[in-house]
This record gives sequence, C-alpha cells and structure tokens, in this order.
Amino acid sequence: MAVELDVFVGNTIIMSEEVYQLWLDGYTVNDAVKVRMEGGVLDEFDAKVDVVLSDTMDQYRTFQMCERLLHSPTKLANQLLFQIPPHRQATLIERYYAFDDVFVREVLGKKLSKGTKKDLDDISAKTGVMLKSCRRQFDNFKRVFKVVEELKGPLVENIRQHFLLSDKLARDYAAIVFFANNRFETGKRKLQYLTFQDLAFCAGQLINNWTVGAVDNMVEDMDVDLDKDFLQELKELKVLITDKDLLDQHKSLVCTALRGKTKCNLNLSRGLVNIATKLTNTKDVRDFFIDLVEKFIEPCRSDHWTAADMKLYLTHYTNSAHILDTFKYQVVWDRYMGVIKSCIFKMYHD
Amino acid sequence: MPGKLKAKIVAGRHLPVMDRASDLTDAFVEVKFGNTTFKTDVYPKSLNPQWNSEWFKFEVDDEDLQDEPLQITVLDHDTYSANDAIGKVYIDIDPLLYSEAASVISGWFPIYDTIHGIRGEINVLVKVELFNDLNRFRQSSCGVKFFCTTSIPKGYRAAIVHGFVEELVVNEDPEYQWIDRIRTPRASNEARQRLIFLMSGELQRKIGLKVLEMGGNAVVGYLQCFDLEGESGLVVRAIGTACTLEKLSSGSGTHTHPNTAPASNACNSPSKDGKEPVFGEDLPSSSGPSTPFRALPTSSSSPPPFSPSKPCSRQSSSSDTDLSLTPKTGMGSGSMGKDAGPLKTLLRQQTQTALEQREFPFFTLTSFPSGFLLHVGGVVSARSVKLLDRIHNPGESSSRTHNPNVASTRRRIGVYSLCHVRGLSSSVLEEVCILSASGTAAILNPRYMREGCLDLGGSDQRFEDPSPSSCGFCHIPYDELNMPFPAQLTYCFHCRRQKVPDVLFTTIDLPSDAAIAGKGCFIQARLCRLKKKGQGEANATAISNQLPFMEYELHTQLMNKLKLRSMNALFGLRIQISVGENMLLGLASATGVYLTALPAPGGIQIAGKTPGDLNTEQHILNIQKRINDTIAKNKEFYEVNPPDLTEEVVGSPIPEPRLRSRLFRSHSESSDELSELDLSHGKKDAFVLEVDDTDAVEDIHSLLTDASPPKGFYSCNTETMPGIYNWTSALQMFTSVRVLRLSNANLSNQALNKVFTDLCENLLKSFYFKLRSMIPCCLSHLVFSVAVPEEDLIQVAVTAVAMTFDKDQTQEKPAEKPITKGCSEAEDQLQFSLELCTDSSSINSQSSSKNSVSSLEHSSPLTEGRSRSLRSSRSFGGSSVSVVKMTPLSFLPGTRIVKYVGIINMFFIRETTSLREEGGVSGFLHSFVAEVFAMVRAHVAALGGNAVVSYSMKDCVLMENPNKNQCQCLINVSGDAVIYIRETDQEVTGSTANIGLSCTSSADGAT
Repeated sequence: MAVELDVFVGNTIIMSEEVYQLWLDGYTVNDAVKVRMEGGVLDEFDAKVDVVLSDTMDQYRTFQMCERLLHSPTKLANQLLFQIPPHRQATLIERYYAFDDVFVREVLGKKLSKGTKKDLDDISAKTGVMLKSCRRQFDNFKRVFKVVEELKGPLVENIRQHFLLSDKLARDYAAIVFFANNRFETGKRKLQYLTFQDLAFCAGQLINNWTVGAVDNMVEDMDVDLDKDFLQELKELKVLITDKDLLDQHKSLVCTALRGKTKCNLNLSRGLVNIATKLTNTKDVRDFFIDLVEKFIEPCRSDHWTAADMKLYLTHYTNSAHILDTFKYQVVWDRYMGVIKSCIFKMYHD
Repeated sequence: MPGKLKAKIVAGRHLPVMDRASDLTDAFVEVKFGNTTFKTDVYPKSLNPQWNSEWFKFEVDDEDLQDEPLQITVLDHDTYSANDAIGKVYIDIDPLLYSEAASVISGWFPIYDTIHGIRGEINVLVKVELFNDLNRFRQSSCGVKFFCTTSIPKGYRAAIVHGFVEELVVNEDPEYQWIDRIRTPRASNEARQRLIFLMSGELQRKIGLKVLEMGGNAVVGYLQCFDLEGESGLVVRAIGTACTLEKLSSGSGTHTHPNTAPASNACNSPSKDGKEPVFGEDLPSSSGPSTPFRALPTSSSSPPPFSPSKPCSRQSSSSDTDLSLTPKTGMGSGSMGKDAGPLKTLLRQQTQTALEQREFPFFTLTSFPSGFLLHVGGVVSARSVKLLDRIHNPGESSSRTHNPNVASTRRRIGVYSLCHVRGLSSSVLEEVCILSASGTAAILNPRYMREGCLDLGGSDQRFEDPSPSSCGFCHIPYDELNMPFPAQLTYCFHCRRQKVPDVLFTTIDLPSDAAIAGKGCFIQARLCRLKKKGQGEANATAISNQLPFMEYELHTQLMNKLKLRSMNALFGLRIQISVGENMLLGLASATGVYLTALPAPGGIQIAGKTPGDLNTEQHILNIQKRINDTIAKNKEFYEVNPPDLTEEVVGSPIPEPRLRSRLFRSHSESSDELSELDLSHGKKDAFVLEVDDTDAVEDIHSLLTDASPPKGFYSCNTETMPGIYNWTSALQMFTSVRVLRLSNANLSNQALNKVFTDLCENLLKSFYFKLRSMIPCCLSHLVFSVAVPEEDLIQVAVTAVAMTFDKDQTQEKPAEKPITKGCSEAEDQLQFSLELCTDSSSINSQSSSKNSVSSLEHSSPLTEGRSRSLRSSRSFGGSSVSVVKMTPLSFLPGTRIVKYVGIINMFFIRETTSLREEGGVSGFLHSFVAEVFAMVRAHVAALGGNAVVSYSMKDCVLMENPNKNQCQCLINVSGDAVIYIRETDQEVTGSTANIGLSCTSSADGAT
C-alpha cells in the first residue's frame, strides 16, 4: 500500500518555523521527521509517523519551490505563486539568509570562489554544520557579494534594500563582503580566538572610517575598498617613531597621564605606527588583524594587562598625541586611532 | 457589431531567460480574440519589459464575447529561428458583460505554460463597450449573472425563482484527433484548454438564453462539469437554478418587508393553473426518511422487467438497477415501472416541458430562505450505467448523432428531484460510464408557489399549517397510512402535533432555524468492492448489478455511524461511486446532527447468532461495551445533551399557555402511542447488529476505528457547522490529493475496505495535524472526491476550509436567528448587529491566536485573517500583491460581501516530461495546485475582487507514466469573485463601549 502521491496545498502558505529551520539546517526529510518526533511537542497531538512525514514532505516541497524566489527576495513580495503574509515573508528571508557563526568564521576573508566551495565538506566536518546548510550559506555570501559589488551607495543600505534583511543581518553581510573583498587573513591560529562578531565589529569600524565611502558616498565600491589617499597619509605618522624628540615627548606625556598605573611601553607605540605605515601594501592590509594581535595584543597580554589597563593606555596614548606641538597630522591620527582603539577593545579578551 | 473589446498590454515582469547567451529575453505579445490577432513591438533584452501598447480593439458579436476567451500569448523573438512561446494567459471576459460586475479587468496575470508552469507575469488592461441588442432572436445572453453559490447571493433578493436549467455541449477531444500524433504536447494541451474555455463559454451562453426565456436574470448554484470520454469526445454540462434577482440597495426594499429580506423569494413556478403539486403520490416511493436513498433504475430502449421497490429487512433500502445499454443508433427511449413515480419523472424529463417542470421544480440550492421549505422528505438518488459509443467517423454528422445519446441520458438522470439536485457526477472508465444524481425531496411552501413572485412582506402570519419553523421541515410530507416503507413515526418532539420520522437524511444544508442539540459532526461511509475485469456490455452489467448493494451497504454504514454518535439526522449527504478497472469505490459523506424534533436515537445492540459459545459471547460483550463507551464519549464530545433536557431548554415555540396545555396533553398521548409503535416495530431503543460471520465482525470493528477529531477540532461537510455560531475571521482554504497504490493484487473485499477507510481517515488526521495551530477550529465543507485513475490506484482529492471560532461561546444557541442565513432585519438594524459581532470576534481571534501560539510548537499554517496583510502591507520594495481569500463557502466570517464581480470558471492542463526533476508526482502536483490557486487569485484581483467564495475544484484528473518520466494533470476550478469588507472597517466611529455589552449577542450573529 504505497502512497504514490500526497499533496496538501493551502491558499495561504502553510509552514512551521520549526520545519523551516530543519530544512535550512540541511536535514533530510526522514531525519527531520525523527527530530520532530523526538521533540515530543507532538505527543499531545498523538501524531503518527506517517502524519508527521506527510506534513514534513509538504513543507519541504513548499520551501524548495520558494527557494528560487528567496534568491532574489524582492521578487518574493510581488510574486503570485504563493500567498505569503508580509510578516512571514520577512521570516522566510531573514532565516534563509541567517548563517552559523562557526561556519562563517571559517570562510571569512577567503575568496568566494569555486575552490573554496570545494572545501566546504571539510568545513562541514570541522564545524558540525551540515554540508547542505554550508552550501546554502556560502551561496548566500556569494550572491550578496555579486549583487552589491557593482552598486553605488552605502554597502549596508544596498544589502538591506536588495535582500530585505534586518539591519543587524545586513551589517553582518557587509562585514562578510568587506572581508571577502579585502581578503583579510583571519584563519591563522593566533586569530582563532576571535569570534565572527568580533571581526564583524572591526569590519564595521573599517567600513565607516577607512573606506572611500567615509568621505565620498557616491562612488562604486565605496564601502568595500579602503581609502587609498588615507593609506598614503598614514605613512606620515612615521614621525612619531622616527623623530626622537617627538617620541620622547609623547612617551613622557603618556607616562605622566598614566601616573604609573600601567607600564608605559613604547614598543607598543612602535608597533601601532608600523602597522599604519605599511597599510599601503596590499599584503600588509591582509595581515592587519594578525599584526594587531602580534604587535599589540600579545605583548599586553604577556604583561598581564587587564582590558581596563589596556583601554586606559590606548586612550592616553591617543590623546597625548594631540598635545605634541610639532605633530601636524592630527586628523589622520584620529581617523587611524579611532578605528584601532575600538578594534583592539573588541579583540582584547580578558 | 454589438460589442467592442479593447485590450492593452502594459508590462511584464520576472520573465524567464530565453536567450542563454545574454541571460535576457526579447519579448513581445500576441493578443488574440476570435480570429483577429494583434501584436506588440518586441521589447528587446529585458526580463521586465514595458510594452505599454496601444489599445487593441476587437469589434465582435456579443455571442463571441460570451463564448471566446481573450487569448494573450507572450513570445520570445528570434531573428533566425521560430519565435519561442513563453506562455499564455486566457482571460474570460464574461464578468465585463453585465453591468453590476466588474467594469474593467486590470492587473498582473501569471503567464502560464502547460509544460513549464508559471513563467513570469504580465500586466493587462481589458475593457468592453457593449451596445444594447434587443433583437428577439439573438443568440447571446449577455447580462445574465452566474453564481456558483448555492444560496441566494448576499446583497440580492430573489424576486422569482424560476427553476432548474441545464445544458450540455459536446465536442471532440483534441487529444484524440489524428493531428495529435504530429503536434507537440504543448500544442495539444493548448488546443484542449482553449476548446474547453470555448465550450464553457458557449454553455454559459446557452444556459443564459434559457434563463432569459424563462424571464430570469441570473443563475444561482451554477455547477459545471467536464467528462473526458476519450475517443467518445469531451462533454461539458451544467446545471443551475434560474432566478430573477434584485439587488438590495441599502435603504430601499428592506423597509417594505422588514422580516423577510432575502427570505422573500417566491417560486412562481407551479400551479398558476390551479394545480397544486401533490407530492404525496409520487414522493413516497422515491424517498423517505428511513429509506434515505436508493438506486433508481434507468432503463432504455427495451423495457426491462422492473420490479417495484421491495422494502428490505432493516432499513428497507430498496433498490433496483437496470443496465442501460444504448444502442449505437438510437436514443434510449424510456420505459417506466408503474409505481416508480420519480422514475416517471425521470423519463418524462426527456421531453420535459415547462409545465412539467413546474410540477416538480428542481433547484440547485443547498440553503433556502426560511419558510421556503415546508417539509423535507429524504434523499433521492439515481444512477445509470451507460456504455459509451465510439465515434466511428470523426466527422461532424456522426458525432452530432452521438451527442443526443449522451445528452438524453444525462437529461433523464439529472432531473427529478424536488429541491436540491446535487451532483450529476459521472465516473467514466473507458467506455462504461456511471451517471449519478441525487437530491432531497421536499415540499415547498404552497403559498410561495401559488402566489408566485409576490412580496411576502406582510405574510408573516404563515400558512394554513402553522408548524413552527424550527421543526416544521422535519414533519413527514406523506400520508402516514400510505407509507411505502416502514418507518418509525413519532410525534414531533417539538410541537407534538405532527409526525416525524426517526431519522432524516438530506442533501441540503441544515436550515438556519432548525432546533438542534450539540454540534454537528462529519460522518463518512466508505466502501470498496472488487469487480472482475470486463469488456463492454458484460462489464456494464456487472457494474450495474453491484450498484444497489453498494448503496445499501453505504447506507447501513452511515446509519450505524450516526447512531454511534447518537445523532438522528444527516445533512449535506453526498454519495460518490466511482468505477475502476477492477473495483468500485463508494464514498458517502454527510454531516450528522441531533435534531431535537426527532426522537433520540437508540443505541446499538450486538447480537450473536450462535448463543451458547462462551467465547463468542464474551467477545460480543466486549464489543458491546466498546460501542457503548464510544457512544458515551461521542455524546460528550459533540455536546449532545439528553433530549429530555434539551426539550425544556430549546422548546421555544410554545409560548402560549393554550398551546402548552395542549403539549402536555399530547405528551401523555404520545407516550401511549409510542408504546404502540414500539409493539409494532419491535424493540425501539436499540439498533440491532447481528454478528453472524467474520464479515460482520470486521464491519463492527471498522465502525469503531473511526477516530473522532482531536480536541478543539470539529468538521462538517456543510456550509456551516451546526452548533457553532461564533466564527472568527481566520481561515485557510486547502486542497489535498492523495493517491494510493495497492501493492497486493489479490486483496479481499474486506482488506480493500480497510485500505480505503484508512486512506480517508489518515487524510483527516493529516488535516488536523497540519492545521493544529488554528485550534479551536472547524473544517467546513469537507468535500472528498474519489477516483480510480488506473488499476490498483485510488485517488482521493479533498477541498475544504478551516475556520477558527471562539471557544467560549460555542455552547449557546442563538436566541435570534443567525444573521448570515438571510434573516431579515431592516438594513440598518442588521448592520448594527453585524458590527457588534465582529467587534468581539476580532478580539477573540486575537486571544485565541495567542493561545495557540503558546500552546503548540511554533508551527502555524498561516491564517489569513490573523495577519492583516491587506492593509498593513509592509511593502518590500516593489508593489506588493493584494491578498485574495478563498473559501468553498458562500460567505466569509467577520466580513460582508458588498459586490459579486463575476464568476470564475477555469480549466488548466499541466504536463511534464521531466517528472523526476520536478520532485516526482507529488512535486509536480503540488506546484500545479499552487499555480492554479495563483491564477485564480490573479484573475479575481484583476476583476477588482478580494476573495473567492463558493470555490470548488470540480475535476482533478491525473495521469502519470513514471517509466517515461511523464505526467499530465487537468484541473477545473470555479467560484464567485467578490469584494468584501471587514465588518470592522465599516464602523469608523468605534463603538467600543458596546463591546462589553454585546459580547453574548454578537456570538449569535456570527454564524
């Protein structure tokens, strides 16, 4: 007695968020049924396996048919095939574009190419995220990347408009696109302790302050590419370590301000300025986060600084530069240190 | 040239990529009507072309306007090769032909291709300028309104109900023409789709003509069906009730007859010539409460021996079926059994005259204005088995001669009943075809009849027979002494004056003023019978021999199940028998109700045939116990109170002391008489089931396996659920199809039955599960249709609607009549009470939705009502699509229908040659059904409507060939496009103060 065909279609789309999540997570129908049965919530309804199976099948089919539309979410609102109430449209899209932090951490900064896609099974094995789900997430990244690549205007806003995502998710995608575009190295062992949210925050800082878009908001790729002129100007900061007078003056100002609360370590200063001056080099841009960790965070940690110590130090270090009479690059310094400060704050885990 | 059709192609969107190289499309559009074709310019390299064409004008006959659809074809321009078709849109322009419906068709239509499904959308504008044509001999019938709704449409008043109209059109099926061998599947599908559009247009026009002839202006309860008879051709047939409808404009009309707004229908039909319809003579032999149905024979050319009905032992279902073989040459001319009254009618119908029709008026309505029905007799049903002729020379003439054959059979069978004719369903298998029709026999109010179209405004004082409306319809319409079948008659438990039967089976909806106890319940009898494979005549004989037994068994099952739920009446009974290569399937669905006017049903008693055997006795005792438990459980679940209790509570219609004393008197009298009756009919209380062989045991087991719906769910197959009056606005219409393959070829009847029963039960269980987030909710209008598409395949298709209701107030029976059934207050008053009811219902829906969200797992099969998407359209970039609600019912809870914008009657074919890639048969059908919904919604939206009522899926024919990776499916849907407004929208001056007060009364209103 084989059920040859079993279909249930509602005038308004019929879906359960739980099943949608299972589908997104890459469960097969049978596994999903198992999960639902084990969930126990169905006990009160005394549902038999075949009933749950048929329900799951119907929903999986619906999702598969919707998937094409979800690839360009703006179509979802004015397609005629499914009648989906707006709030449900929003849920469908938001969940479809949601991703696992563990997974995205693995591909962050990698080229979104076929090559990377081939490595997805390794990533899947490593992160425990199912391969199907990995593929979906990876394709989402790629799709968003492709669409916004050629658009003018602010990155986050573009993503939000074209993919109808929430602000938070749009910002995360902006970060992913930014990382993929600049190919920041994030996979090194030293950086493993950083979560996606740490890095996304840093990306947001960079996008808001260091890109072309920070000064001019009608250029292509404005939020993806770093402002070349600014990077050039950063070279000028070298005086802070090359000019002996300036160096001493700066050091004493910092030390006075700290009043011995923490050691005033000038090597740290050297590290930060060196990072700044090298950023014209694409290779060094990629190593930006490693440099931050190696040149600043690790030394602080080996001195057992608390986050508070580190914050205090950085604040005074930044501020005292303003008092230096001969230091003429205040604007560049602020633009640079503003980002560095907030990035390090975020990346410094106690 | 009485009409000018104008069309404008505005734009397209989401077109498919037709040119792989550029990933774009060079689209243009062909607009065709009749034989005239226009083309737009090519809009190069775009998936969202903006044609913005000029107005294409077609000057055509109004006859063509009615028959032809506007055909829009979207193509991709290719410089070197032939242009590729992207897809088509057929637009039925009928709604533009009457003044009160839509004035313009404008909107986005899905571009549909029979192979690829929906491929993008196109924005079209269509208008019609119609010139008046008063020619007496015209062939068109523009202006006649069609409604699928089986009651008088809201906002209208039936001035005259003229009676039954039917028509049929036959054509050759393009799929079976020689040319089909050389053309592509796409071309063949499109030819078929277009032909059926044409045929249904023609059919509608012809019916319209008949209506005009009768002096009517509308058809209510319009039902159109297709028969695909293979090489014998393609038949489209329709029935309906011709009416003269008047629009109720607010203010006018209602004041003159304050108490009978829509109720003031009258049937002008009979007895202008002073001839009162005497149903007593004909009726009893055809129907009756305790023989709720029977198979009636139809016979043809040579009069076969026809035996008059013999009452059978228990329920006295008598049946005779003859095989009707139509000779190749001629029309079957009927013969008739002497005392088979309905049969007489049936056959006379062949040459039915207007006069005869007046004598036995037929209606295709299921709910009637109050006072229209006097007494309800019972179900009548007729089936005829027919051998189809082959068209030997597919030429005009030969197929014409063939037509009257089919036509006559259909005509003969279609007409005989008195009130509601349902069905005319047919099941075709190769050359054998079962035609069936059923209806409810009833006596209409003679006053309505005599006075014809009069206004019944002041005639509140009723007729000579002052039976209270709450029980009047249950009273027997026939002479007590002259009963053709044994029925247990008792005095009506309400008025104590008239006799009532012990059970009542009908095909109509429960009259709104009927007094009931508890809630209704969905009851289904299922039967599967094996049949030897056969050919031609022998096959037809075999089938026809089986039919009466199937009817009998279905009836027994229904009766037992009714008793098991301790109810005493069935409404909305629908019996379908389909024939397959090696089996016959019978499915009877109905809604059980406890009518307080009828006696309380006795229990079921099991009796063993072989006493003495301890084991069996123990066994029987066990079964008996289980049955008793089930009855008790059901009583509680459906809130069926003991009748003596309800008698006191509901026994409203005796306010005067005089009457009361009379009641008391009759009380004592009746108890005497009851005992007398008891003597004559044996033990009244229990319904005895004998367990004499294993089959019987199986039967009883299957009785008990019917699971009642889970808590919070109710189901029925009628328009409204008896006993629930406070609907909230959330609803979800759905279609479900299941096909089962019998893996084991050699199944016994019993095993087969079990398989079939399980299939239906599992479907119901599935619905409950899927819709659990809507609890408390009721599945209304559950319509099952079964088919045997191939050997060893059973297909069941269901369309129904789930509606939420407010749990707290379900117990109360409305003090006043439910509003939606067309009771009758002055317009302003009506509006007032409606406003009140939605106030509370919207609140309730909120609270109930909260409940359900928290109590169940996150799932929610979306309820349309809850998300107010229509207005709070949080637009996502582009223009968002307007929400179109769909329901198989004639109303939408919590809303008021303000305008009917046109009938929807669409036919689609979908075919695939890559079945596996589309997710198998299920995937294929799933997307097809979704596409059909989408196209219906788009057409409704384009007409300016925001809902479809009385939606039904008439046919769903699925043919698959998995080995070839192919599948084809045909779906026919229909409904009425309407504009509704939310009741809450009306009251801008929020009457919040009233809410608290009105809570109780409002519950009553929201039937």
